[in-house]
Amino acid sequence: MEVKVKILRFNPETDKRPHYQTFRVEAEPTDRVLDLLEKIKGYQDGSLAFRRSCAHGICGSDAMRINGVNRLACKTLVKDVGKGTITVEPLLGLPLIKDLIVDMEPFFEHYESVMPYLINDEPPPLKERLQSPEERERFDDTTKCILCAACTTSCPSFWANGAYIGPAAIVNAHRFIFDSRDRGAAERLAVLNARSGVWRCRTIFNCVEACPRGIDVTRAIAEVKRALLFSSL
Amino acid sequence: MRFHQYDVVVVGAGGAGLMAALYASKTATTAVISKLYPTRSHTGTAQGGVGAALGNLEEDHPEWHTFDTVKGSDYLGDQDAIEFMCTEAVRAVYELEHMGLPFSRTPDGRIAQRPFGGHTNNITGKPVRRSCYAADRTGHMILQTLYQQCLKNNVTFYDEFQVLDLIMVNGVAQGVVAIELATSEIHVFHANAVVIATGGHGRIWKITSNAYALTGDGIAIALRRGIPAEDMEFFQFHPTGIYKLGILITEGVRGEGGVLINGKGERFMEHYAPRVKDLASRDVVSRAMYLEMREGRGIDGKDYLYLDVRPETVNKFAALDGRTRPDGSPYRVTAEELLSKLPDIIDFCRTYLGIDPIQQPMPVQPTAHYAMGGIPTNRFGEVVIDEKNKVLPGLYAAGETACVSVHGANRLGTNSLLDLLVFGKHAGLRAAEYACQSQFQTLPKDVADFALEQLDSLRRCKGEGERVSTIAEEMKEVMMEHVGVFRTAEGMQQALTKLRELKERFRNLKLDDCGKVFNTELLNAWEIGNLLDLALVTTASALARKESRGAHAREDYPKRDDKNWLKHTLAWLKEDGEVKLRYKPVVITRYPPKERTY
Repeated sequence: MEVKVKILRFNPETDKRPHYQTFRVEAEPTDRVLDLLEKIKGYQDGSLAFRRSCAHGICGSDAMRINGVNRLACKTLVKDVGKGTITVEPLLGLPLIKDLIVDMEPFFEHYESVMPYLINDEPPPLKERLQSPEERERFDDTTKCILCAACTTSCPSFWANGAYIGPAAIVNAHRFIFDSRDRGAAERLAVLNARSGVWRCRTIFNCVEACPRGIDVTRAIAEVKRALLFSSL
Repeated sequence: MRFHQYDVVVVGAGGAGLMAALYASKTATTAVISKLYPTRSHTGTAQGGVGAALGNLEEDHPEWHTFDTVKGSDYLGDQDAIEFMCTEAVRAVYELEHMGLPFSRTPDGRIAQRPFGGHTNNITGKPVRRSCYAADRTGHMILQTLYQQCLKNNVTFYDEFQVLDLIMVNGVAQGVVAIELATSEIHVFHANAVVIATGGHGRIWKITSNAYALTGDGIAIALRRGIPAEDMEFFQFHPTGIYKLGILITEGVRGEGGVLINGKGERFMEHYAPRVKDLASRDVVSRAMYLEMREGRGIDGKDYLYLDVRPETVNKFAALDGRTRPDGSPYRVTAEELLSKLPDIIDFCRTYLGIDPIQQPMPVQPTAHYAMGGIPTNRFGEVVIDEKNKVLPGLYAAGETACVSVHGANRLGTNSLLDLLVFGKHAGLRAAEYACQSQFQTLPKDVADFALEQLDSLRRCKGEGERVSTIAEEMKEVMMEHVGVFRTAEGMQQALTKLRELKERFRNLKLDDCGKVFNTELLNAWEIGNLLDLALVTTASALARKESRGAHAREDYPKRDDKNWLKHTLAWLKEDGEVKLRYKPVVITRYPPKERTY
């Protein structure tokens, strides 16, 4: 079948502002949207720029807006979005560089601000630290994050103010705050309690919709809020 | 052009590169240069686990792991290096746990372990639980944990920089030349030690589990600087890729009791590997699948088979096999247990196939997965460049890019993550130690010229020319057809002829993009050039090896021939495209070669 793919194009070396361009592509219903972009780049217009790598939803390179919703192009099939025209646009809220490529640096800066690494200065045992399956389960959901930015760039609070650290950073803070082996919760909670921290979340739930890993992002944020309220008592 | 100076530069930010950086940065100024953001690296897609004889669930020993790896390698692995890796494995896994890796846990809180192909109790010959896992996301957890630790230790990253060339001065490595993707600016990284950790090159083949990024850049750069590639004819086809897409379905599915089923509804692996059946090593299973399909026993006579992990199927065959849990009770699974142990696999099947593996079998076919060959190194990660293992000062390699060789002719599942942990670490330590006691050499004025020439030859937007995609597609087709699971002299000759034609056509490309900002078309073209070189070296190495061993299965030479071929291939790529081959001996310590059956 033939599919129309309408892409928001922008080349900073020649364009004053972004514009739409529509391509017609032969596709199977089970093709990924990423396959369509590859066909366009390979055989129609090599200058089309986008990021991609693993092509099956694990590396987090190809988050973009597909028919107005943040998704991974490699995890979205034509049959799920394909009736009529498929519109593909770059993520919102991060500076646009070229076509579907946005500047990821602000996103990673927010991620780094929550100290996303195990903090524990106690000397480790000779073998593994013990952790029960229940303790492990406590933070399982937030270990799934692939840092694709689909959640943060779907968040109206982040669009309104780029200083907000955003759902992805909170998810990654949650992953350590609730890990029984970690001792850095207080430091992280201090960051999350700041003006640009967790209180900017207005529980709009866009992040949950956007997450390609099925993480219950709003729940993780709520748990962090509760930890803050509890620890400030 | 911009200049930078570090003691150590690491090229690539997957598991091996991050391990190297983490350890090098403890004593030396270290920069990591990667064409992807580190968390995009392909280590993140590894699923089933990392092998280490912790013995958390049953008796196990590093010596058993060593023997299984030697046997799995079809005796082509170097036994000193294998013993080193399997002994270090236990410490490496505990170290990861201490870094915060969220392993799945046993009821008493220790690291959970599952069975995997080719890993056995050396007394009974039955599968042993050796693979340490975090659900079916072990690679994701390793990549995230190592990246987190690098951030904690303030490692310097140059993300989205493509390395194009290795700088050699007076016979020693002195850094790399790279291009910044966002601007096309050229950067010269002057360093006393370079660690290459750029991963694999499965994109040579049409059906592959490999990411778009896996284009063998490190090996190609090294070949252009006169460094040989070792054992390139050995490339692993993983038995269970999703039909047509090649996306990996972990061997852990079979570890949990899943079985392969042919078009007649039979579990066929018991005819090929009576003792371990579906958990035979990957080369054995992939060949069995091809033979079944060739005999017309594919599903509906087509080129795929079923991987069946429905609880009723698992329980039926577990009962027939007499499989038990660690406490001696019969092995039986429920849908819930499978969901918790294989969540991502189930998600892939729902997304890409629209099926639920708890209720329906998965259509699978072998998929190009892992390079056993690569840049020759010793067990310290030092690059060695001839039959006598002469060290090239200042150059290191680790992970899939490297060939130590611990995988020989066929890698066991879970040993790739282990390889990158152990040899990434030791390459990093050695590189730092060497760099800190070395003097910087003066760089020549034309240091970036070779890199620039390569790009200039591709950057043509005017006149007549071919699209690089056409060339890439034809390469993938011919490699899949003739240099895949089964090979013949005739087929490989055809492949060589075709590859030489494609290399010729590659000189006459036409691009649409001649800009500077994220010119991904130009860089993709350069990557396809790398793949073409590696395809050529792979095919020439394979054509010369007149025997069948591990992943290299020749229909015209179906037997292993230890008398003539118990040796490693070294391949040099000359400027005119000719491949020169020489050979070096295999290191055999405790395990003399014998027949390999499962």
